[in-house]
Amino acid sequence: MYDVIIVGSGAGGGMATKILADAGLKVAVVEAGPHFDPADPTQQTQLKWPYESPRRGASTQRHFGEFDSAYGGWDIEGEPYTNTAGSDFKWFRSRMLGGRTNHWGRISLRFGPKDFKRKDQDGLGDNWPIGYEDVKPYYDKVDKLIGVFGTNEGLPNDPDGFFLPPPKPRLHELFYIKGARKTGVPVIPSRMSMLTKKINSDRGVCFYCGQCSRACSVYADFSSGTCLIFPAQKNGGQIDLFVNCMVREVTTNDEGKATGVSYISKDDRKEYKIKGKVVVLAASACSSARILLNSKSAQHPNGLGNSSDIVGKYLHDSTGASRAAFIPDMMNRKIYNEDGVGGMHVYSPWWLDNKKLDFARGYHIEVWGGMGMPSYGFGFNVNDFNKFFGLKVGGYGNDLRKDVKKYYGSVLGFGGRGESIPQKDNYCEIDPTKVDEFGIPVLRFNYQWTDNEYKQVKHMHDTFEELVHNMGGEALGTKPTKEQNYGIAPPGWIIHEVGTTRMGNNARTSVTNQYQQLHDVDNVFIVDAGPFVSQADKNPTWTILALSWRTSDYIIEQLKQQNI
Amino acid sequence: MMDRRKSIKSIVLGSVAGGLALNGCKPEVEGTAQDEALVTTENHFGRTPKEKEQIAKLEAEEFFNAHELETVAVLCDLILPANEDFGSATDAGVPDFMEFMAKDIPELQVTLRGGLMWLDHTCNTEFGMEFKITPAEQQKQLLDRIAYPDITVPEHERPLEIQFFSLVRNLTLSGYYTSKMGIEDLGYKGNTPNVWDGVPEEVLQQHGVSYDEAWLAKCIDQSKRGTIAEWDDAGNLLT
Repeated sequence: MYDVIIVGSGAGGGMATKILADAGLKVAVVEAGPHFDPADPTQQTQLKWPYESPRRGASTQRHFGEFDSAYGGWDIEGEPYTNTAGSDFKWFRSRMLGGRTNHWGRISLRFGPKDFKRKDQDGLGDNWPIGYEDVKPYYDKVDKLIGVFGTNEGLPNDPDGFFLPPPKPRLHELFYIKGARKTGVPVIPSRMSMLTKKINSDRGVCFYCGQCSRACSVYADFSSGTCLIFPAQKNGGQIDLFVNCMVREVTTNDEGKATGVSYISKDDRKEYKIKGKVVVLAASACSSARILLNSKSAQHPNGLGNSSDIVGKYLHDSTGASRAAFIPDMMNRKIYNEDGVGGMHVYSPWWLDNKKLDFARGYHIEVWGGMGMPSYGFGFNVNDFNKFFGLKVGGYGNDLRKDVKKYYGSVLGFGGRGESIPQKDNYCEIDPTKVDEFGIPVLRFNYQWTDNEYKQVKHMHDTFEELVHNMGGEALGTKPTKEQNYGIAPPGWIIHEVGTTRMGNNARTSVTNQYQQLHDVDNVFIVDAGPFVSQADKNPTWTILALSWRTSDYIIEQLKQQNI
Repeated sequence: MMDRRKSIKSIVLGSVAGGLALNGCKPEVEGTAQDEALVTTENHFGRTPKEKEQIAKLEAEEFFNAHELETVAVLCDLILPANEDFGSATDAGVPDFMEFMAKDIPELQVTLRGGLMWLDHTCNTEFGMEFKITPAEQQKQLLDRIAYPDITVPEHERPLEIQFFSLVRNLTLSGYYTSKMGIEDLGYKGNTPNVWDGVPEEVLQQHGVSYDEAWLAKCIDQSKRGTIAEWDDAGNLLT
């Protein structure tokens, strides 16, 4: 009998493991994928060269290129999902210890005070039952435990924290800063969870290879395995890791209380059960909703925790749009090592007042560029930029070598990531006609963007073009039209899906209370992004971590008081 | 903290010592799978067992026949011949790379194969011999017709032979610049542990940009990167 069974080992599951095991509880962590340690030479992709692979890093096997550390993707063999007619939700899953934290962008933004109370400001969606002041102490603790670089800027909705100093901007980022300031778009050092400075003796310091998406072998960036689960084990925690174990459902007793979980072992394809006093779901917003919906019993005929019929509803992802530009002033570069940290050293938090705009909520701008390591695709359309100078495009022979060097590092790109309005009609549910290869009924998605999101990404594209113009650049490709939905990424594409088990004070309109405890069953908790009432114009991970810690403290307290 | 820890321990001890649950299932002992894998000596670049199988399967297949592969080699070296400092595309192993990619991304196959046939057919018709043995001057005459696409026409609407040449040029350059030789030729300096401390002064000057002093003041002092971070209660870094 375990004190706690944790389903999933990503950000939420890792944090719960760390806090609950450190408190002396006996914990089982059930993970659908294999064990993963980026320091294991057989799993490491960091510091590999493209020529070590016959496909030179092409994305045929892994969506973000074959050196990316995610085992999984939008399509996993044997694990299908479906969409209703006209819906195109993309569901990214990483099946491995640490889940998607192994490859994520490490953009570690706190939600601000406004983000928890959006309905108060624009009348759309719902407020969270908690506010920034409830989460702030946990954000502070997460900053110190895990490490995040950034700067205290005193911005009202982008709160200060306990930051490590940021790295200096690279050349393309200096161009971005200059261009953005011309238009009044603020730029500040980014806030990302890589260690630019030591925070303890267990983890290494960033050595600037720019490869955080490959997961760091010296644990200088945040991954759930390396920064939460391994330290909890090292600390003497009573932790049993069940890897390659795909949870099917939460088991319950005659009183309707959870007794544990059942899972299918991928190694022998048999079903097993383990018992626990408390079940913590951290399988990802959609996976946890799926487990609940599949946990039907006489006591819970509509699925566990679903008397409200809200499980799966209000699914939402960040909005996304991208554009790249050629910047002639960045041509003919002297070559030096500017790998930096993996991702951006600077970014633009949301800066405008929606009262003057035709859409609700905001977005932040991410920026990329630089003289990166060649990988499959490098050298494609080698001298297309000749067209901007009236020169011939194409050709062959040794002049191509000059073209490669002339244009190397002269491209800069933007990603806009914004807040969408949660809709009850955007949901995942069980598709009764299909199961995965483990016999578990699969999810069917129904998701449509609304006018609000389309207008928001239109604004992103207008902004991108203005910034390119300010930098004296040439925007690449064409600006997406209304008919092309202004180039909005399909829902799920930004991999920030949240909201499927939203928290609230009213048990008829929400799935969990403010402690992420099911209204219907007091010994089941959800610590992934399912309980999010709304996804801000921030990335969700730092909030998942803070809320998981808060819930873990609550679980410890409730066990102590023998309430659960 | 100590108190809470103590009380939690007592809760745990007070509970039924259930041990491992049903059906005799044991959690996988951490590390066993890897210990086995560690004894192998091949270069993994982090492949999962399934991915390794997929690579082995592709490598065992043959796409280009000997004649096609020879034609590819001649074409690649016209696109990227050797210079004083570095070797040619074939010296960097580009034909093998192209063979692998054609199997890895089967959508490329018809364009590649069809385009090679176009080269031979056109050379046979015009010069009475296959492309690979046609004298370089005539080979280049042929390439001049397909190497400069009309960029006002969308790529997929261009004649096949032009799409073909663009594809081969892309693969040749990608194959070359992802090879050890190509990376050296490019001069890429990264993929190695280092300490990033800003854009060199002469580069800032060359490109007409500069650092803002206030911004720099917030950035990491790299001489203190090894010192453990400590903050005051307001979030000011003390170390």
